[in-house]
Amino acid sequence: MSELLNLFTSFAKIGALTFGGGPAMLPMLERELVQKRSWVSEEEILDYFAIGQCTPGIIAVNTATLVGQKRKGIIGGIVATLGIVFPSIVIIDIIAALLSNFASIAAVQNAFAGIRVCVCALVLNALFKLAKKSVKDVWTAVIFAATAVCTVVFDISPIVYVLVSAVLGILIKNFLAKPKAEKEGKK
Amino acid sequence: MIYLQLFFEYFKIGLFAVGGGQATIPFLVDLSEKTGWYTLEELANMIAVSESTPGPIGVNMSTYVGYKIAGLFGSVVASMGLILPSLISILIIAIFLEKFKESKGVKKAFYGIRPASTGLIAAALFTLLRLCLVNEAAFSLSGNIADLFNIKYLIFFAAMMALMNVKKIKDLHPICFVAFAAIIGIIFKF
Repeated sequence: MSELLNLFTSFAKIGALTFGGGPAMLPMLERELVQKRSWVSEEEILDYFAIGQCTPGIIAVNTATLVGQKRKGIIGGIVATLGIVFPSIVIIDIIAALLSNFASIAAVQNAFAGIRVCVCALVLNALFKLAKKSVKDVWTAVIFAATAVCTVVFDISPIVYVLVSAVLGILIKNFLAKPKAEKEGKK
Repeated sequence: MIYLQLFFEYFKIGLFAVGGGQATIPFLVDLSEKTGWYTLEELANMIAVSESTPGPIGVNMSTYVGYKIAGLFGSVVASMGLILPSLISILIIAIFLEKFKESKGVKKAFYGIRPASTGLIAAALFTLLRLCLVNEAAFSLSGNIADLFNIKYLIFFAAMMALMNVKKIKDLHPICFVAFAAIIGIIFKF
């Protein structure tokens, strides 16, 4: 029971403290789930992000469901998901009821311009940490660079990158990783 | 029955919008044209509010739209409709993943997926950086390279990066940096 409560409060905290959607959530996930709770590893955060890109719905919700399920099964998945949406529902209902001009208040706009810059820096820091865990050799460096550049240049669904890289991962591990180790051995 | 309709419409959005909150926006435009529940101007305001409040943007928008149409209960119904398809599909995937996580094939696949996932995050960060540090509109108007970069933002970005890598300070909760940035933004009129 207390584990379920922990899941709910941790994800409610992440929901309440994440500004700016998508990758902005990474620093908070890392802090709450990896550093503080040790519920998941950095590698798993990357796996969940990839799964979230390929499945219906919002990535934040998908991550919450995956982590919750891992900790406490189906009930855990549901509780963590309700946790991450709970603050949104409370905050947005209050704003919709009382402050429909919220986004046009000058102080709010200034504060958010500042927050956006800060979120960029936070995400860049998180990216360094994640890259250390995922880019381990020449092959993974190529996959990383190719995915990043192609995503910026072409308008292709992220699902394609995830599927192609999964196939590449299997091919590299089966056919290329061994010869490479031999080569290094010769040197 | 407005609640049922709201739930059903959002269930569809949750099912078909793949890849995060921003992916729901085209569906919300369609919904506005189909039902007349809100105008496109109202939608623009809802997006602005959703982006400047904490929480996943998709859920913020579903809550806002639901509230506009059917009050507090409407907001809950719309958000639950949005998250239900992903909750179901992810639970199925999670159970599947648990079984096969230790299989060699899955491990090899994730060896490839992890750097790709990092690449996708890097690309998203690039878009974020372009939006907040670079002023392309002013540059294309004046052609002056000094207009391309927003100097105030760049300096603040560099300062934040430096701050986040200072011993002791770097272990602070990320929300401390966010709160600090909000104050700086208000004081220096960002």
